[in-house]
Amino acid sequence: MTTARDDILNRIRRANGGIDRKNAPTSHPVPARALGDHAVLVGRFIDMAREAAAGISRVNHRSDIPMAISAFLAAENLAGEIRISPDPRLETLPWESAPDLSVSAGRARADDPVSVTPAFAGIAETGTLMVHSGPDTPNTLHFLPETHIALLSTEAIVGGYEDAWARLRARFERLPRSVTLITGPSRSSDIERKVQIGVHGPRRLHIVLIDGEEI
Amino acid sequence: MRSTSDRFPENAARALGDPTLRAALSRLQQDTRVGRPAILDRLPEFNAIRDAASDIRTHGLDHLDVHLEIFERNVQENGGHVHWCRTGDDACAAIHEICRARGAKLIVKGKSMVSEEIALNDYLLAQDLEVVETDLGEYILQLRGETPSHVVMPAIHLTQDGVSQTFRDHHDDLDAGRDLDEARNLTDEARDKLRGKFLAADIGITGANFLVAETGTAVIVTNEGNGDLTQTLPPVHIVLASIEKIIPTITDALSLIRVLARSATGQEITCYTTFATGPRRDGDLDGPEEFHVVLLDNGRADLLGGEFRDILRCIRCGACQSVCPVYGAIGGHAYGWVYGGPIGAVLTPAFIGLEGARDLPEASSLCGACADVCPVKIPIPDLLRRWRRRSHGQKLSPPRARWGLALWAWFASRPELYRPAARIAMAILHWAGGRQGRLHRLPFARGWTVSRDFPAPEGGTFMDQWRAK
Repeated sequence: MTTARDDILNRIRRANGGIDRKNAPTSHPVPARALGDHAVLVGRFIDMAREAAAGISRVNHRSDIPMAISAFLAAENLAGEIRISPDPRLETLPWESAPDLSVSAGRARADDPVSVTPAFAGIAETGTLMVHSGPDTPNTLHFLPETHIALLSTEAIVGGYEDAWARLRARFERLPRSVTLITGPSRSSDIERKVQIGVHGPRRLHIVLIDGEEI
Repeated sequence: MRSTSDRFPENAARALGDPTLRAALSRLQQDTRVGRPAILDRLPEFNAIRDAASDIRTHGLDHLDVHLEIFERNVQENGGHVHWCRTGDDACAAIHEICRARGAKLIVKGKSMVSEEIALNDYLLAQDLEVVETDLGEYILQLRGETPSHVVMPAIHLTQDGVSQTFRDHHDDLDAGRDLDEARNLTDEARDKLRGKFLAADIGITGANFLVAETGTAVIVTNEGNGDLTQTLPPVHIVLASIEKIIPTITDALSLIRVLARSATGQEITCYTTFATGPRRDGDLDGPEEFHVVLLDNGRADLLGGEFRDILRCIRCGACQSVCPVYGAIGGHAYGWVYGGPIGAVLTPAFIGLEGARDLPEASSLCGACADVCPVKIPIPDLLRRWRRRSHGQKLSPPRARWGLALWAWFASRPELYRPAARIAMAILHWAGGRQGRLHRLPFARGWTVSRDFPAPEGGTFMDQWRAK
């Protein structure tokens, strides 16, 4: 008895048997807006991310991150209870400089209101963040809390989607289990095409941009 | 899903007489007219990327067997499972078996048109499993017992008032006097209702926009974040996808992503584009313990070998539906099966048989708007014509239409008869049109004159005018 697998593959081979098979496309055109020198791309990333309803704070040093987070949460009238990725880069930030923040690390729990995670790359083309799963970066932090704060170094801003994937391939031998391109907070226009920001994913996406320094 | 495509004329007449539906659909047409040129203005390279997108899909289909095998190997190497299914019933059974092995009770689902095609929810509910749709539009439809009427905007046929009423009817544990006059409140209520489901679910089922062969990855594109919660929180993630979703590389996916959202909703990219490869890894604190891909054929391998092969390039963006004047007038449900609009008029006869769907390819003026907007350049009007030709050849079209055409063909192939006859007919129509130049009634053309006048010929046949030049 042939298995479903063999049957399906055989019927595909039969269907494709007589045709002149096309080769892989020789080019994948990249939009001009994904190109430019680094300063231009940083500016474009910021503009596009804001257009997608993400907020941006800029800091000069990684040591300024806790205060920037504290200021953002205060401005949004949100409590300072944050869940951070169990990533050494985040755990070693000077959290004591922002005493109103209560910090814990780990995967997101059902009631965690705010997450703080690193972003692997920023993509200027559409103001998009690239994040990935891993022991240091649990995926639930990207989707479950109402507010997601992403830390991004300007050094990690690239032009197009392909550039972000090139960075990912250079960094990891094996593709992370889950890679997500995030553009703004979650939204829906399922009711009369009216855009509602904040559905099942985060209601707010805030990006803390660190100028010229790694996270 | 049971089809009512054989009752298309009645369905369409009913839809045309439904003022609520007309109001709901007018918003879509309006948005499409304004939104599309704006998005193209902002991406001058759109047409070049569209050419590449079409080539990527063609190349993927031309080597589908090879890419499926590579995909399967990569899913397995990453610790996932692949289930090959010939039919919808096979796919439902495979999914049920995964649920049974885990002792699952609650399933959350992301939006999946393939699951509609195989009536997965009905199947699982009949096995005493709880299945909850989590996309806002799909959730509303599940409460109402309806099916999606558009591939990316499933509840486009509803108004906000209708949704408010549905929530009042079904969320009867909440205060009856609550304010549901804003879309915001409705969205929040759905979020609250579904949060617990995501956290308690045993299984998460999603579709896939693409399956990437080189990495064994399922690509899922969403806006609400429900797709990501569905594939991250429950201990099992099942991807249900049809075989033609295979593309060779991640780079191919990136090109397709550049045209997908722009064509679907007019966004530059959706909020979330997730590339999922296998189950949770050593050291991971979250993510599914099991990763399954249910690969569905359901007639596609056979479609590949025939004259409708091009339709398999489709990436389900729904642009052809949003732009179609016929869809815009009657909505998706009138088409009577899972896929409405131009894409449905091509797919439905292929899936359920031409006998039960022969009116669908006729329900088009062949204006070509669908082909103009298609991001993978499917020649939809040509495919509709092919169905019409088949319908005529198999004598499925009404006898009167066939006789009429046969009579016309007999005359038209005899110019010595046709030309004088045309001249006489023209003179009569011209005379009958009178000073107004219009005919209110015409024998054999009541279908036209019942709702509008027929313009009378000005005089002189084309051949006469041509000769005079």
